[in-house]
Amino acid sequence: MTPLLSVRDLRVGFGQNPAANEVVKGVSFDLAPGETLAIVGESGSGKSVTALSVNRLVDFGGGRITSGSILLQRSDGSTLDVAKADEKVLRTIRGRDVGMIFQEPMTSLNPVHTVGAQIEEAFRLNRGLHGAEAERAALEVLERVRIPDAKSRLAYYPHQLSGGMRQRVMIAMALASSPRLLIADEPTTALDVTVQAQIMALLAELRAETGMSMIFITHDIGLVAGIADRIMVMQHGLAVEQNTTDAVLDNPQHDYTKHLLNAVPHFTSGKAVRADNERTTTSEPIIRVDDLVVRFPVKKGLFKPKGAIHAVDGVSFDLMPGETLAIVGESGSGKSTTARAILGLNEKHRGAIAAKAGRSRRPIQMVFQDPFASLNPRLNVEALMAEPAIANGQKLDDALRDRMRFLLDRVGLPADVLNRYPHQFSGGQRQRLCIARVLMLNPDVVVLDEAVSALDVSVQARVLDLLVDLQREFSLAYLFISHDMAVVERIAHRIAVMYAGQIVEIGEARSVLSDPQHSYTKRLISAVPAVERRRQHFAVDATQVPSLVRPAGYEPPPANWREAGHDHRVRIEEIK
Amino acid sequence: MNYVVQRLLTFPLILLGVSVLVFVSIRLVPGDAITAMLGTEAGLLTPDQRAALAAYFGIDQPIWSQYLRWLTGLFQGDLGISSVYGKPVLAIILERFPLTLQLALMSMVISLSVGIPLGVFAATRNEKPSDLIVRMLAMLGQSTPSFVIGVLIIYVLSVFFGMVPAMGTFTPLFVDPLASIGQLIFPAITLGFAFAASVTRISRSAMLDVLSDDYIRTARSKGASQRSVVWRHALPNALIPVVTLAGVEFGYLLGGAVIVEQIFALPGLGRLVLDAITQRDYALVQGTVLFIAFNFLLVNLLVDLAYVALDPRIRIGSR
Repeated sequence: MTPLLSVRDLRVGFGQNPAANEVVKGVSFDLAPGETLAIVGESGSGKSVTALSVNRLVDFGGGRITSGSILLQRSDGSTLDVAKADEKVLRTIRGRDVGMIFQEPMTSLNPVHTVGAQIEEAFRLNRGLHGAEAERAALEVLERVRIPDAKSRLAYYPHQLSGGMRQRVMIAMALASSPRLLIADEPTTALDVTVQAQIMALLAELRAETGMSMIFITHDIGLVAGIADRIMVMQHGLAVEQNTTDAVLDNPQHDYTKHLLNAVPHFTSGKAVRADNERTTTSEPIIRVDDLVVRFPVKKGLFKPKGAIHAVDGVSFDLMPGETLAIVGESGSGKSTTARAILGLNEKHRGAIAAKAGRSRRPIQMVFQDPFASLNPRLNVEALMAEPAIANGQKLDDALRDRMRFLLDRVGLPADVLNRYPHQFSGGQRQRLCIARVLMLNPDVVVLDEAVSALDVSVQARVLDLLVDLQREFSLAYLFISHDMAVVERIAHRIAVMYAGQIVEIGEARSVLSDPQHSYTKRLISAVPAVERRRQHFAVDATQVPSLVRPAGYEPPPANWREAGHDHRVRIEEIK
Repeated sequence: MNYVVQRLLTFPLILLGVSVLVFVSIRLVPGDAITAMLGTEAGLLTPDQRAALAAYFGIDQPIWSQYLRWLTGLFQGDLGISSVYGKPVLAIILERFPLTLQLALMSMVISLSVGIPLGVFAATRNEKPSDLIVRMLAMLGQSTPSFVIGVLIIYVLSVFFGMVPAMGTFTPLFVDPLASIGQLIFPAITLGFAFAASVTRISRSAMLDVLSDDYIRTARSKGASQRSVVWRHALPNALIPVVTLAGVEFGYLLGGAVIVEQIFALPGLGRLVLDAITQRDYALVQGTVLFIAFNFLLVNLLVDLAYVALDPRIRIGSR
């Protein structure tokens, strides 16, 4: 069968002299009709640029195809070399032959047009539908992507929809013209894991319905294991390995592929949990949180009664010295609000947080998600690291510099970086810097709020190892906030699952991950993509997170708990 | 809707604050009204005559009572009597205002209809020669003072075309629309020239920002044409800073354009204020400044409401 798409020796460069600044350095692949190709790689591997070259959107980002060919079979049977076509012709393949969905559903829809108008535009451009016809088609396609109450959603603006809903709208738009090829550029990276599972199941169903080909770009090899026919692994602008999915996953040839498969955290349902640090209940907890409640008032207009967002509702847990408690949950579950409350960064509404007097005056320190945004670009490493000490009344003297060098060494950075600035470091190095910085005050507890989420997968693995080493060396307790079950499995001793502002399940990591009891924990765990579960079929599940806005004066009913084994408690669910 | 209500509620409060400022600041200027009015002849007044005059104009009262009397008048539409013209202040203002309003509107139309397309054009040709030319023109337009442009226009018209713009009296729009617009077209161009340059620059930079947004890429991936991408997807998102700028400028223009009115000898609000200040016509200065401030606030209110129309994120809160 002739391939739908045949890419030969594609080279793409950027800037004034594209040939000298190549990001894609000679990539070739074929895509048969109905086939799904996954392009896997880390940031800077050239995977997105390769995909954007297929419909030449790369031109608008400043890229130039310097050589190679991209032969596309058009729906009328003719073949077009996309690499050499001019803009006028390219416009007729975009949307019509090649549809595309992007990583950021939050910013990829135009904020000033309604969802309906944007979908109708796709029908107008590619099928010539107008007025009521286009509207009917838009409604139909919204129903196809399983948006509940599709008719009224047509009049919504993008900001009124959740991330998952927006991504469905994006998919609906791409489907409008029944493209023969759909390019999906990290379509679920910005979404929660259960929403990710919904979108992946939807894409799989749509592919089966329409018979379209797909190019799926991702950094997560586990995610595409279930959907891809073939996998192409990219590193530094080159395709280092490409083969059928089973061959790549079961019998990887290239070192980098092996590295991606082995070094990167993959979720194994509790088999990879840590075996160190048996929990002792005899010693006193270093932090005890009792019935923490955080609410944010909301005004509903001039005359309507006020309510409140119940961000955290009756959360209690203990953190023992030297242990890691992971708080997992999706966006809006209240996990970060809990962390911020422990540091006193937001007003707590009610409840007690007791921290035992520790080794220093500031026993709790925090590492944030974004290593790029949390280091002041105008300060050098010395000034950055001195800051917590100076804020605590110490002086910048030789003893302090010695401590800096000692800690930099511990986090794996050379001691001569003291005069460098943040932009001279990579993302992983910056996060190491942030970790060294919080250790300056010799804390007992480090709160890590999605501390490895912004890092590339292989860097993520090394930072996790570092965190485990540091925990042993300095006997730190970690409160590890994350949405990523695979990461949590690697570092947690205990896990608390948060849902809609409440802890629904808490206990020993192995027990919670291997034998989840609460329905939400089960849903969360089954949504995690995993290489070994790739043949499992997932049905589309459209469950939405409940609203956290409650009327004024509302108090949730008291929680009832049951024991589910040694150190494993589950909140009893109400029967609906 | 909260947003609109909030804007409407703060409006009278700000106006009240402005009235206090206006009233107090003119009384901080040294020298008294009677001396200013009568010039050297004021020296001939006896203290009794002076006191009688002061009582007549009400300036013998303590300042707070003068303010209260003025404020009560305001609520009845009475801005006081001009000491120079001997007529109600409001009547004098309303006589001058149509010209100022028409001039402001005309120069806005000119500068927006030139500036926005030019800015959009330059943004789509970023860093190409045509973009550089537009940017140079914009720089030139912004840095050339209006008296240079105005005098240049009069010079060219009279020397090369033998035309003399109608000066002195103003033909209102409803009396003779063509003559009225014809009379103001050159002053409007003079005023609009510099502003067109600002509009060009701001719409260019706003468009450049928007054109690199993700949803523009989405529109292109749907196969939208360049024209549709620019005018349908990008421009509505880029208009907010332009509307902000236009609102401020329009507010200023409603306060009269002193220099242009002077060059073209137009009886507008700008010259009225200037004359009132030099003649120390308290009532007239207060009245016109308050009137101008009112217009300025009104325009700003309209701009805020325009945001509501332009941006659904302000119009409809998130869920």
